[in-house]
Amino acid sequence: MGIAGYKLNNQVNSQLNFLDKPIKADATTDIIYMMCPMHLLTIKKKIKEIDLDQVLAVLTDYEGALEDIPAWCEISGNEFLGVLEEEDHYTFYLRKLKE
Amino acid sequence: MKKIYMDYAGTNPTHPAVLDSMMPYFKEHFANPLSIYEPALKAREAIENARQSTASLINAKPAEIIFTSSGAESNNFALKGIAYANQKKGSHIITSRMEHHSILNTVRFLEKSGFRVTYLNVDNNGVIDPSDVEKAITDETILISLIHASPEIGTIEPIAEIAKITNKKGIIFHTDAVSSAGNIPIDVKELGVDLLTLSAHQFYGPKGAAALYLKEGTRIIPLIYGGIQEGGRRAGTENVPAIVGMGKAAELAESEMMDRIKHLAPLRNKIISNTLNKVKKVMLTGHPKERLPGHASFVVEYIEGEAMLLLLEGNGIYCASGSACTSRALKSSPVLASIGVPDHIAQGSVVFTIGQETTEEDIDYFNETFPKVIGKLREMSPFTKGWEGLEDPECTAKK
Repeated sequence: MGIAGYKLNNQVNSQLNFLDKPIKADATTDIIYMMCPMHLLTIKKKIKEIDLDQVLAVLTDYEGALEDIPAWCEISGNEFLGVLEEEDHYTFYLRKLKE
Repeated sequence: MKKIYMDYAGTNPTHPAVLDSMMPYFKEHFANPLSIYEPALKAREAIENARQSTASLINAKPAEIIFTSSGAESNNFALKGIAYANQKKGSHIITSRMEHHSILNTVRFLEKSGFRVTYLNVDNNGVIDPSDVEKAITDETILISLIHASPEIGTIEPIAEIAKITNKKGIIFHTDAVSSAGNIPIDVKELGVDLLTLSAHQFYGPKGAAALYLKEGTRIIPLIYGGIQEGGRRAGTENVPAIVGMGKAAELAESEMMDRIKHLAPLRNKIISNTLNKVKKVMLTGHPKERLPGHASFVVEYIEGEAMLLLLEGNGIYCASGSACTSRALKSSPVLASIGVPDHIAQGSVVFTIGQETTEEDIDYFNETFPKVIGKLREMSPFTKGWEGLEDPECTAKK
């Protein structure tokens, strides 16, 4: 269940690694209140700005990100570390594996 | 007959270099800036250059500039976007009685939606007292929006001083700088504001282009959803020619600002001193010193503003009575009421705003004409002996 009662299908839910606590990130981007496709465009831009093996944290309240961000990581060859569900947003963690 | 435009607070003529900079984006570089072929990339590059120039004008970062269609849109965006983004933290907004309708009507809308609004009073010069801001703040206050300079009475507000209070309390602070940006130096870091509205046609740019400065890290809810333009914060295909024109106007304003002020301030002072000396029963509205460099505004007793406008136009002088919106609606100005001008005196409001095209000869002609126009209207006025029978004869107390 997401922050606004968003129901995920089982397949997506199994890909999501819901975290209990934050992961130390090397860079953070806050795109709360921005809609699709800003989450994907922002990740694409921000991940270019960090080094290999570094972690990017993405703050968003866009529910569609629960499906899109893990899928983007798989397609782009980066590692999806998990998502932390906070009071009014999610924090997604991604590790850069490819330049 | 000589024609003299004295309504620069209404709008400015577009600078010829600004118009030249825009033309290619109506013609060969017309492509949608979101497309990925070469002509589109040209348009995209032009927008980003304009963002750079606009940011530089107010010492912001380019990423902190969101282009919009007007000052009114930027003001709506700032107030609604910040209020709704922070409604879990509180529901109290502070503004003043000096604001433009795009602020006042938006906070009225927010009041209907459950927010509580405090309207600060001002002194007789239209100045907001920073200590009043401090006193109005509660634990529920999430947003303060105050005008930087009034288009109606020219007063420049102590925004930097107020920002020290809002920053200390951690409250988001927006200023409507439509009348000041591009006309007097503005540095958002020195001002200390989180959001600032500016509009191109107030500094020789085109109509249809404006911006909202949003300090990095400030969350805002978009006013217009749709595409990814302006970083997803303001959807809609960009008005490329107007944005390019705004960028050029910002570049010119930044490089020529001090020369422009040196041109305007002495001419403005000539209007003020001549009018106060030659016209009886007239009062300067707004602050005598802390005012916009090209702005002279008065209330003239026993005369109605529209009559002055018509007779001045008959003499080739174009000016305004109150704000552009108020004068069309023939309503008493809330700004004049807020500085203590009674309703019947406020009817005699007249605003003269000058610009780079205004010459010394224009002002000499104006200074000769205006007292004659008032003399003629007073001959026709039924109130030649004063306001007997009307309310509040104390209105001249400020003089």
